[in-house]
This record gives sequence, structure tokens and C-alpha cells, in this order.
Amino acid sequence: MFDTALTSADLIFLAQGAGMTLFVTAISVAFGTILGIAFGVFRFQVGPYWASPVTFILDLFRSVPLLIQLVLFNAFLGTVLKLKMSGLTVACGVLTFYTAAYCAEIVRGGIEAVPAITRRAARSLGMTWMQDMRYIVAPLATRVALPSWIGLALGVMKDSALVYVVQVTELLKSTQILITRLQEPLFLLMICGAFYFVISFPIARFGGYLEKRWSND
Amino acid sequence: MIEIENVRKSFGPLEVLKGINLSVPKGEVLTIIGGSGSGKSTLLTCINGLESIASGRITVDGVDVHAKTTDLNKLRRNLGIVFQQFNAFPHLTVLENVMLAPRKVLKQSKAEAEAMAVKQLTHVGLGDKLAVYPSRLSGGQQQRMAIARALAMSPSYMLFDEVTSALDPQLVGEVLDTLRLLASEGMTMICVTHEMKFAREVSDRVAFFHQGVMAEIAAPDALFDAPQDPDLKQFLAATH
Repeated sequence: MFDTALTSADLIFLAQGAGMTLFVTAISVAFGTILGIAFGVFRFQVGPYWASPVTFILDLFRSVPLLIQLVLFNAFLGTVLKLKMSGLTVACGVLTFYTAAYCAEIVRGGIEAVPAITRRAARSLGMTWMQDMRYIVAPLATRVALPSWIGLALGVMKDSALVYVVQVTELLKSTQILITRLQEPLFLLMICGAFYFVISFPIARFGGYLEKRWSND
Repeated sequence: MIEIENVRKSFGPLEVLKGINLSVPKGEVLTIIGGSGSGKSTLLTCINGLESIASGRITVDGVDVHAKTTDLNKLRRNLGIVFQQFNAFPHLTVLENVMLAPRKVLKQSKAEAEAMAVKQLTHVGLGDKLAVYPSRLSGGQQQRMAIARALAMSPSYMLFDEVTSALDPQLVGEVLDTLRLLASEGMTMICVTHEMKFAREVSDRVAFFHQGVMAEIAAPDALFDAPQDPDLKQFLAATH
């Protein structure tokens, strides 16, 4: 009744695509978060006026579709600057800034959610700005920002499907290759979706676990 | 010794401190009374440098609080302050709240900071709440925790900014008892308060602030029984 031409080699091919998706996502989310924290703290600290140039650039990354960013940056780096960069490098770079742009907003919102009186209490105990940021603001802002950040990480993972335009064969691209060969689109997309789910689910559950753990205070 | 010389402070066009002169020697309990907007709370935040001043000078043990070269973080170790609003660190237990600053600011060992925190928390009657998160404490308990947190830094001076104003009436007593205890132990204290009975009972001197001016300062009996300033007379009549 059910017959498929899919071989175990094809499954391994898909798994490699999933690995690439995970790799691109992990790099982008890790570096994007670090950059996003830096931009978010900067924007909160210096106020809207002095932060406006940074805000403008971050807004560009948030409003121009990722697909266009990838194509334009790839062309710019390769054709204009004549840099020999692999598609993977370009993909990770663009996705990092894309993540950072969203993360900066999440971080800023998280910091703003920490009550001024709590921070004043910390400073009145002789804590420095850095100690206040590290021991008071960071833990409290993280609690506020975590759900949005998890959403961002999952979103970036799915958006990473677009990096095929710079010749990176990630999960969706691998699936498309198999579809072209095997002509079994629905079955292959189901498998592809299952792969995405297997990658996403632990991230979402981990977020849920942290939220629950922190809910006692 | 805290010395305040001709201190002026404005928020925009509004001058909230109009040339305050005051000195508080070690061991004294000074309470400041006065209506809302009289500048009494602002003065406290100026003393520990949380607010800047427009002119004048505030020195704590000879250190000019608002001088550019002054290390405010170092100064504040010696100058505990407790505010009207509850401001526990909500992600830390009661014990961790009190241990944090001694650990990070004074670089005490964990054992040292813990011993001090337990001592101070027991002192304010929270010895059985060490592992509890602040959200489980009543307002009065939160204020007592804030007092213990400030005391754990072993300050020479304590500033109290209307610490009972945000409390339900039945919880005021427990916090005032803690302040009485500190006063009886010889802690140098400046208390901004609306609790007249308390002010009369614990103070060495009481100051009355009115519209940014220190209108009168005297021993409690003199100030409450024989007020000189007409605004103070009116204020006392209204609060009785």
C-alpha cells in the first residue's frame, strides 16, 4: 500500500541538512545574542537620541526581508569587495546581525522591566554599575526576556531555511533536492517537518523548564 | 559626623531644598518631619549621593559627597539607606538578599557574609525566613529585611526614608520596633517619618521641614510641646 523510493542514504542526506540548519542557527543565535545584548544595553544606557544611528541600522535589519539581505550581502561581498567568502560564512554573518537586531529590542525591553527602585537599592548598597547590571539587572531582565528570546531562536531556525540562496544546503534545501529526484513531495515534507520539530522541541521545552524553575521567586 | 552646609537642590523650576544647614554627630538620632514636598526625602537621597545638589556641601566623616573625586560606591558602604517602597531583590532569597552586597562589594567570604546576614536577620526578627523569597513576605517583613540588608554592610550611619509609609497600619509597629532597637544600640540615624509618637520617643532632635526650608529644629519635647514656627504649629495641629 505504501511504497517509497527513499533510501537510508537519503535519510542521512536529510540528517546532514538538519545538521547544517542546527549549525547555522547555533552560530547565529549565539553571536547574535551576544551582539544583541551589547546593542540593547547600549541603547538603554545612552538613551534614544545618542542611540539613533544604531537604532536605524538595527531597524534596517529588522525590516528588510532576510532573503534580500542574504542576496545583497552576498553580492556586495563577492562582487564589490571581491572577498572570497563561503556561502556559509555569509549566511552566518547575515543571520547573526538579523538575530542581533531583534535581540537588542528584547534585551532593552527586559532591562526596562527592572524597577528603578530595585536598581537604586543595589546602588545604595555600594554596588557599582557593573555589579548592579550583573547581579540584579541581568537575572531579572532574563526572566522577562526569556519567552521572547526562545521565540526568536525558534524563528531564526526556521528563517535559516532561506540561506539556500547563498548555496548552503540546509534541511529544507536537502528536502527540495530529494523531492526533485524522488517526486514524493508530501512524504518528504512530512519528514522534513519532523526534523524541524525534533530540533525545536527541546529548545521550547528548555524555555518552559526555566520559566517554571524561576516562577517560585 | 554628617555635615550639611547651605544645600540647594532643584527639580526643573521647582526648588525643593532652599539652603539647608544641619549637622548630625555620631550617635545622634535625628528625625525629620514635615508635609509632602517639603524636601525631607530629597535631602536623604542627596546625603548618599543618589541625587546631585545644585550648590552647598554635604560631608560624611569629612568626605565631600558630591566632589568629583569622591568614590560614591565606597562612601555608600558606610551609609545605609532604607526606602519607602519595598525593593527586595525578587530573584534572591531573604538570606541571599542580605549576603549579596557584603559578598560582592566588601568581598567577604561566603561563610563570613552568611554569618553576618543570619545575625542581622535574626536581629530584625526574620531568623526563620532565611530561605524564603521576598514575594512570600509581608510588607513589614520586607522592610525589616531591607533594614537587615543595609545593616549587613556595617554602616556608621543609617538613613530611613518614610519606611513605614507604604505599610498597612498593623505592620507599622514591627518596623518601628526595629528602628527603636537600633536607636537604643547607639546607631547614628536620620529618619524621615510621619510617625509623630515615634519621633518624639526615639529622637535626640527633631527637625521640621517646610517648603524646602528647615523651619525649626529642637529636642523632641521642646518641638512638640512648644513649637515656635507658625507652619509647625499648623502642621502639628493638623496631624493630631
